[in-house]
Amino acid sequence: MNKPILQTDNISMQFGGLTAVSELSIQVLPGEIVGLIGPNGAGKTTVFNMITGVYTPTLGKIYYQGNEITGLKPDRITSLGVARTFQNIRLFESMSVLENVMISKHVRLNASLAEAVLGLPRYTNNRKAQKEECIELLKRVELEDVINEPAVSLPYGKQRRLEIVRALATNPQLLLLDEPAAGMNPNESIELMQFIRRIRDEFHITVLMIEHHMEVVMGICERIYVLDYGLTLAQGNPEQIQNNEKVIEAYLGVVELDA
Amino acid sequence: MSMDILLQNIANSITLGSLYALIAIGYTMVYGIIRLINFAHADLLMVAAYIAFYGILIFTLPWWVAFLIAIALTALLGISIEKVAYKPLRSSPRITVLISAIGVSFLLENLGIVAIGARPKPFPRPEELVWNIHLGDISFLSLTIIIPIVTFILLAAIIFLVKKTKIGIAMRAVSKDVETAGLMAVDANRVISTTFAVGSSLAAIGGILWSMQYPQVDPLMGVFPGLKCFIAAVLGGIGSIPGAMLGGFVLGFLEIMLVAFFPHISGYRDAFAFVILILILLFRPGGILGENVVEKV
Amino acid sequence: MDEQLRTKFILNIVFLLAVALLIYWGQHNLNNFEIRILNLAAIFAILGVSLNLVLGFTGMFSLGHAGFMCVGAYTTAILTMSPGSKAIIYFMEPIHPVLANIQWPLLPAILLGGITAAVFGFVIGFPALRLRDDYLAIATLGFSEIIRIIVTNTITITNGALGLKNIPSIKSLWIYWLAAILTILVIKRILNSSWGYAFRAIRDNEIAAEAMGINIFKHKLLSFTIGAFFAGLAGALMAHLITSVDPTMFRFLFTFQILLIVVLGGMGSISGSVVAALIVTIGMEVLRIVEQPMDLFGVVEIPGLPGMRMVIFSILLLLVILFYRQGLMGTREFNWDWLLNKLDRLKDRMRGEAA
Repeated sequence: MNKPILQTDNISMQFGGLTAVSELSIQVLPGEIVGLIGPNGAGKTTVFNMITGVYTPTLGKIYYQGNEITGLKPDRITSLGVARTFQNIRLFESMSVLENVMISKHVRLNASLAEAVLGLPRYTNNRKAQKEECIELLKRVELEDVINEPAVSLPYGKQRRLEIVRALATNPQLLLLDEPAAGMNPNESIELMQFIRRIRDEFHITVLMIEHHMEVVMGICERIYVLDYGLTLAQGNPEQIQNNEKVIEAYLGVVELDA
Repeated sequence: MSMDILLQNIANSITLGSLYALIAIGYTMVYGIIRLINFAHADLLMVAAYIAFYGILIFTLPWWVAFLIAIALTALLGISIEKVAYKPLRSSPRITVLISAIGVSFLLENLGIVAIGARPKPFPRPEELVWNIHLGDISFLSLTIIIPIVTFILLAAIIFLVKKTKIGIAMRAVSKDVETAGLMAVDANRVISTTFAVGSSLAAIGGILWSMQYPQVDPLMGVFPGLKCFIAAVLGGIGSIPGAMLGGFVLGFLEIMLVAFFPHISGYRDAFAFVILILILLFRPGGILGENVVEKV
Repeated sequence: MDEQLRTKFILNIVFLLAVALLIYWGQHNLNNFEIRILNLAAIFAILGVSLNLVLGFTGMFSLGHAGFMCVGAYTTAILTMSPGSKAIIYFMEPIHPVLANIQWPLLPAILLGGITAAVFGFVIGFPALRLRDDYLAIATLGFSEIIRIIVTNTITITNGALGLKNIPSIKSLWIYWLAAILTILVIKRILNSSWGYAFRAIRDNEIAAEAMGINIFKHKLLSFTIGAFFAGLAGALMAHLITSVDPTMFRFLFTFQILLIVVLGGMGSISGSVVAALIVTIGMEVLRIVEQPMDLFGVVEIPGLPGMRMVIFSILLLLVILFYRQGLMGTREFNWDWLLNKLDRLKDRMRGEAA
């Protein structure tokens, strides 16, 4: 049996008197695509914010590859190999597509600011190599024709994709996707599913995603955790979740009524 | 330190604390509602003091008429500043609005210099308000009593306004959440204008009392009291009216006592407030009465 | 591509030569007063560019520039004044014996002015940069005032409120403009490097930048310290231009002028700051006339209005921020690509017309 790449141990988060997440324990195995679902306000994004260090859990511990990462700063956690995207797209609006991706490489630059100012070869070569690496990456995800466009001028779907690429450029082993299919039509959703599966296989990464589109979740997630108002309602594979009565009552039933 | 000097210092710190508290409320109310350090608030003190000054000296108005006119005009000025310089920037980044506030502040100060010159002028103290009181061996100015009394009456009135009146409840609603308040049929513009009117009137009263206590007016007179009152507001917990009052008194007390007990470092008196500001921002950003909650992203 | 790079390289050389020629011409044909104003403009260009790095590119609202200038100015003044002048000027309390007989050459003293300011920047930034926006603004303003108050009170080092006089004078246009050009080049290179983009990333979206592995605090501190260094350098140059310093010189008013330059030029445009520095400094002098009594045709006499210049500049700041927020240049920079493109298009059109 594989050791989990990510494990949370009864983590809770409180804001003032409000409990956003209560005693959540999840395990993600290497190479899996795991879904985190639940109605709005269920605390899903808060879970991401705790894993990536934006918040420190009020209680509980988080382990990544067997080491505790609870309370580490976000940039440390990123450098350990956890990358993420955001529910409300957060691209660097003053920059081009390529520049957005290259930001991810900044910490891996093996030269000092002085070398950069003086234009010494160690910096220029290093930077050039990073640039080529990023262009290569953008080619692999079919964004090469827009590399010099301002990132915010891209259509919505491509902005989402760019965010994923930017996260991939940090060389993660675990990728957290926060509602990647939000605002997409069924065709785009299918395309996105294929894309996520492809990057998982090609980049040998693990994916934990929050998603509302049930087709997407049921289509690609191998295991699913269901949250409801901070509590863990259920977990299992898509089939188990779809047949879980508590889930149907609390969540899926509503979706079916909507549909 | 002898007993009467200690008493004297305590009296001084209550007077100074009262003035700080009055002015700090304006900062805290505006900050609570539009999240802006209203740099121009400091200069409203000066404007009010000058209107009162000219009212008494040039137009030979009775002091209370001059004071009332000064308060009214200053309130009007406060409202207009918001309408002209802050309202159009309501959806802009906070830095932009702050730059605008700094611009207004500089404009007022320099208009003051242009209109009346940079040289300080003595403020005419109305005899009816300022006289010497003798109590045994110690003698003190009537203002030592009048300023705290006026302050306490005004503080009580403000608390009543905010807690019990319709407009006060609307203020609190807007300060919690502008959009939701809008949905509840609260007219945010009216609430903001009222806030500026109330805050500016308090600044005006503070400015007039200030220039009676330290009887001199000049175009830059508001700058340091202004900064310190903002610090008082942060100290008490920005956005909280009782906090601003508490912060004002605490700061006034600490300042006077620092100089009283450590006269050799009295040159650092003005730096002291800033040191407090920085310490409070770092260790208890919510202030004494504020809540220190995790910032939601 | 390579050919274009070469063209740009040549254009840069030509441009620098033209600037050098202009300075040469100025040095020989302008009067002392005019040279002094241009030197002041060079100092304001350094200040504007360095505040823009902090405010425009890294998004940190610092109001502490006057404080850093103060540190730089006093450092170089104390180090370069002759022991004789020090003995005369420090008459309230004698100067600290360690400093009494020091007399450094100008260049290392000016550089140390910048370095000392950078140390102050680092030490101040350490606590202050945990704050944001308006809180950062008021905290840096507070630190700047604290520096001024310390300078006023450490009489055996700074001569207190009386200030320092007889600081060795530098008059040459070359020195100030060389310093300005070097500053612009260094800051431009920083901004075009990976670090410059990291700064912009922090400005654009702090949370995303952190998620990309960037240590926000370290980078903010770096940008802030670099800004403080150049502010200190400018302060040091200012000391040698005016030849006297006192604590009241470095009041908030100074920071206001720098802020005006950055906003007017465009937050996020280095070229904008340079242009605005020239406009504001020269405008400041030209507008001096409104503060002096005027005689209209010998008939009406208009009394001078002290303070009028700052009224005009405050209104200018408000107009820019309210109606034209991007300033002169927005976030654009003057660059050859733009110029070459225009020229190409012009050439194409002419060819089109000829055909």
